[in-house]
Amino acid sequence: MAWQDELRGIYHIAIKDMRTYYLKPPALSWGMVFPLAWTLAFYLRSPGDFAELVPGLLAMTIVFSTTAAEAVVINFELRLGTLERLLLAPIGITSVLLGKVLGGFLFGLFTTAIVAAASILYMDLHPDILGLTIIAVPSLMVFSSMGALFSVSVKEVFEAQTLLNLPRFLMVFLCGVVYPISALPDGLQLLARLLPLTYTVQGLRISFFEHGDSLLWQDFAALLVFMILFLLPAISLLHRRFR
Amino acid sequence: MSREEPAILVDGLVKRYGELLAVDHISFQVTEGEIYGFLGPNGSGKTTTIRMLVGLAQPDEGSASLLGYHLPAGINQAKRYMGVVPDVSNLYDELSALDNLLFMAQLYGVPHEEQKPRAEQLLRDFGLYERRNDRFSAFSRGMKRALTIAAALIHQPRLLFLDEPTTGLDAAAARSLRALISGLSDKGLTIFLTTHYLEEADLLCDRIAILVRGRIVRIDTPAGLKRLVQTESLVEFTFRGDILPLAKELESRLGKAKAAFLDPRRIRIYGGDPAQIFDTIFQFSRDIGIGIEAASTIRPSLEDAFIKVAGLSPQVMAAEKSPGKGRG
Repeated sequence: MAWQDELRGIYHIAIKDMRTYYLKPPALSWGMVFPLAWTLAFYLRSPGDFAELVPGLLAMTIVFSTTAAEAVVINFELRLGTLERLLLAPIGITSVLLGKVLGGFLFGLFTTAIVAAASILYMDLHPDILGLTIIAVPSLMVFSSMGALFSVSVKEVFEAQTLLNLPRFLMVFLCGVVYPISALPDGLQLLARLLPLTYTVQGLRISFFEHGDSLLWQDFAALLVFMILFLLPAISLLHRRFR
Repeated sequence: MSREEPAILVDGLVKRYGELLAVDHISFQVTEGEIYGFLGPNGSGKTTTIRMLVGLAQPDEGSASLLGYHLPAGINQAKRYMGVVPDVSNLYDELSALDNLLFMAQLYGVPHEEQKPRAEQLLRDFGLYERRNDRFSAFSRGMKRALTIAAALIHQPRLLFLDEPTTGLDAAAARSLRALISGLSDKGLTIFLTTHYLEEADLLCDRIAILVRGRIVRIDTPAGLKRLVQTESLVEFTFRGDILPLAKELESRLGKAKAAFLDPRRIRIYGGDPAQIFDTIFQFSRDIGIGIEAASTIRPSLEDAFIKVAGLSPQVMAAEKSPGKGRG
């Protein structure tokens, strides 16, 4: 059946990407080492508040792990011709892109689970696991889709990674990862509301500390909207390349 | 697909890239089990035609069906029964030969228990079994081409598209690959082959469509194409130096006879009185101060038919002989 072909294609592309791109030193270093080093810097400055940093650490791990290779794999494969090889299989262009997004999602899930488990055990935290899942899963999809969108938007492999640094670092500073959004000037607070990481951080704070500036379902809904906003243009741009 | 239905049916296909008309209202049909050649110089529209047929590009006009499935709606159904070997060997460098074939088997939905036996059998058939655990990146160009063909066969297709299969290979690798292609046809596979190597088309194809600037100018069997030039006299001269810059001067002396450059030193002359042509060419040689190394009358080949039918200039033919040309 056609939908089974599509699902099978999505799954196998994701697994192949995990083997060929993600479980390699460059992706692992961007996905895990960078957020850990960043958090360690804040921990050394103020060791007593480390538990407060855990939602931010997880949010950064989600962003950097999912976008680490996602931002380049599609363009890389377009250049090598291997993406055309995927498109010759009996699956649609949308499924090929979803397979790529799922690859980023699975790698993000893997690294985030490790970082979350280590943080929870080390700090003896007791988060709401359901709440954590409700926020982490759509967040992983949002940032993997964002990586895919940047990847199909540019022609050169390095362009996507360079271009993606702007929203990545902007989000790290504005979205409550290290500074509360309420401490920002009004204009920047408004800008923070337009960035998806804000809702990831808010949702994770609620999951860990049962308090926050929003309701969990609102953050979940906002993340779903961002996922659609990134996925649809990425699919459309990839279709356009093969018209 | 019924027995009477052609494996490929194309009617009035058109593809434009901006102002460029890459494929210009082409129509043809390929019968099940035949090797159908698409022959033309680089840039004639061969690869564009394949890309439209396999779903990598959308035609601007016209219609096509593969194995009874109408495009574009039926492309995913058709893909289950067709294999494609693009003009570049595009498997995954990071994966081994075996893993590349297994991944293709998974994508095409080959039953799990059949994946490894089929992949290993193909590796044996293509002489790559001993290197099955080596990465694709470690393979020679010929081995990469062979593995790319093997990958296109993993789901046991009924129709195989081969885009310039031997381009860039050395003579021995190309010969071995042609034997493989011939063997596939013997097993009943329908093969659609593009090439700009005339001898390859002559050796392999049951029928040939000659494509020039996006248009099909002739469809015939290799023998039928050669018959077109059998009544003409053909003489060939090899000079001791490059005479390509003097092509216009030479043509002006030949009158109604036509000259085609096989390389910058070698020309073939079609039509006219052979005795008169010999006199003219020897006089030309003396005038330009470049001696003649060899001169002979020859039997017409598919290449001669191609030049006549395609109406290509000597310069285009000389360019076709040079390596490193782009896609068609």
